[in-house]
Amino acid sequence: MAEEVKLFRTWSSGYALRIVWALKLKGIEYETIFEDLTNKSPSLLQYNPIHGKVPVLVHDGKPVCESLVILEYVDETWKHNPLLPQDPCEKSMARFWANFGDDKLMKSISQLFIAREKDQDVAAVEALENLKLVEEQLKGKKFFHGETIGYLDLAFGWFADFVSILEEIMSLKLVDGERFPHLSSWIQHFIDAPVIRDCWPPRDKMIIKFQVMREKYLAAATPK
Amino acid sequence: MDGEVILLDAYASMFGMRLRIALAEKGVKYEYREENLPKKSPFLFQMNPIHKKVPVLIHNGKPICESLIALQYIDEVWHDKNPLLPSDPYKRAQARLWADFVDQKVHTLGRKTWSAKGEEQEAAKKEFIEALKVLEGELGEKPYFGGEEFGYVDVALIPFYSWFHAYETCGNFKIGTQCPKFVAWTKRSMQRESVSKSLADPEKVYDFFLILKKHFGVE
Repeated sequence: MAEEVKLFRTWSSGYALRIVWALKLKGIEYETIFEDLTNKSPSLLQYNPIHGKVPVLVHDGKPVCESLVILEYVDETWKHNPLLPQDPCEKSMARFWANFGDDKLMKSISQLFIAREKDQDVAAVEALENLKLVEEQLKGKKFFHGETIGYLDLAFGWFADFVSILEEIMSLKLVDGERFPHLSSWIQHFIDAPVIRDCWPPRDKMIIKFQVMREKYLAAATPK
Repeated sequence: MDGEVILLDAYASMFGMRLRIALAEKGVKYEYREENLPKKSPFLFQMNPIHKKVPVLIHNGKPICESLIALQYIDEVWHDKNPLLPSDPYKRAQARLWADFVDQKVHTLGRKTWSAKGEEQEAAKKEFIEALKVLEGELGEKPYFGGEEFGYVDVALIPFYSWFHAYETCGNFKIGTQCPKFVAWTKRSMQRESVSKSLADPEKVYDFFLILKKHFGVE
């Protein structure tokens, strides 16, 4: 019996893109269900009753939530073209850096993104420190795991796209080639990679979405 | 051969207790090194430069940080004895999600029951009990979260039991009376030698907790 794979996602979610890429890298066919998070479908609420978040992967009726957990599920279920390293120590390092990306890096980039102009220099300090740590991880490598795209590249994929969106909206240069040669190089290689490049959400829509989001935060932060 | 295993830890750390339990379950010989929190040693900064936290598992000189990552590492390296994660990918995913739930809810809310004040504290106490009830629902009629066998989620969760006395005393509420199934599971888990030998004494945890409170300036 053919297996049934469904992916619940939104058009813009970087977390969902991780799974889109993973399934594409493994050559798995699936059905996409786009969700409007202001009006969640009964199916989504049934499959993710605790958090009601996307993405959710449903494999033969069984739901898996949380993008990094889904990535490992995909890798363990369809073992060809492995995403994670086999060695337990390297695997632990990959998990560590994925968590770092989602916690410390994302938080510091977000803080910078919603900072008022006078606060940007201070907000940038932590973001740049975190970027330096990621830069170190890429030294001597084309992608995080070496020559081919893997788990950590997919985990940091959101950043490859978002950094140029942030730079355009805020008119600043965050990842310049001089200060971050390896990170800049990784971004170029990743966004243009055959499996990756066809999946990006429309840039103009993303610019509008994040511009609106930023304006809302800045308005809320302004003292009355 | 196990190689050289060092656990950089702090007696009252529920995250460190996870690794003590796992190493005991697997029968791994290791050197235990106590950090004198809240002071942190240069060695800790060297082994965990990014987060500067315990526990750190150091295997043949290589540090593994973050307790759930180290827990999976222990399970993968010493995979032939008492496996903690199931072998089925779907069940593994569920176990990972529930361990994440423990970190997001039990830890975060537990902390708030003593660090927050007034209405925020009352809300945290209520949500903490609700989180334990959700876990009771997940446990169902099974002896352990891992099913018939003590597993990954059990290891992730049981250390918080040693902090209940501190939460109850500071938050002025009773946990056990509201979550009887949870209490039954803790008693069952404590019968395992790996757990009873690894969990910190609740009175000593409370003493440490008072030092922590002072350090963070919480009255």
